[in-house]
Amino acid sequence: MTVPVSWYLILSALLFALGTIGALTRRNGITIFLSIELMLNSVNLSLVAFARTAATRYGHLQLAAAYHGKLIVFFVLAVAAAEAAVGLALFIAIYRNRRTIDVNRMNLMRW
Amino acid sequence: MELAIFLIFAVLAVLSAVVVIAHRNPVFSVLSLVVTLFSLAVLFVLAGSPLLAALQVLVYTGAILVLFLFVIMLLNVGREAASPGHVVQKWVAIAGSVLLAAAVVLLYVSTHIAAHAVPLSKQFVDLVPLARELFTTDLLPFEIVGLLLLAAVVAATVLARRPSPEEESEESR
Repeated sequence: MTVPVSWYLILSALLFALGTIGALTRRNGITIFLSIELMLNSVNLSLVAFARTAATRYGHLQLAAAYHGKLIVFFVLAVAAAEAAVGLALFIAIYRNRRTIDVNRMNLMRW
Repeated sequence: MELAIFLIFAVLAVLSAVVVIAHRNPVFSVLSLVVTLFSLAVLFVLAGSPLLAALQVLVYTGAILVLFLFVIMLLNVGREAASPGHVVQKWVAIAGSVLLAAAVVLLYVSTHIAAHAVPLSKQFVDLVPLARELFTTDLLPFEIVGLLLLAAVVAATVLARRPSPEEESEESR
């Protein structure tokens, strides 16, 4: 028996919510970053699931829609890699100046 | 069979995601995120995207999370101290996220998106048409991603580099 596509979407919504909780409640910069990676991945899961829906719904003629779902995941992976590299470099720079990556103590620009 | 695999790895993904956001030691968070991403890779295979599963394991666990571990070791980030305040903010964040998940799940349940998927066709899983699509219709975004990665490499190098002595004296002036 095949898995209903909506199950993938519900799992993805759960993971996304867990990611938002992590990003909003943690104070360690690295853990916040990890939560954001989790959110990106949950969205990837729903894109893959939607790609499968498109493939099954439209048959052979509109497989292009399904391929685009997969290709967006491919691009998200590349952008996530770039984001992780730049973000971690930022944390290294901040740590060098302030000796901490606790986001509550990075308050130079707070009102 | 497929259902059993889905359930096992879905539960594994959710449990390890909880560990990611709940553990105070960031090294444990990274390691359990590895478990989450591997389970998601299994689900990608189930949904008919073996290429994306391979990329997920290679790019995410092989490159990005190793980078995270490197930086954690480099910065010597310790355990997060027990939270002193902001309890209200924390609970508002949790309530908001739970509401968000509930709203999205409700939306999916009420709109009946593809109740049952038919078995995968070989053409959908196949790699060649995907590559053809990537290098014809999506060629421009592909090139832009290349530029973006180049920019990220330059930016990361500039940001993480230790400033040379002359620059440092200029900054302090």
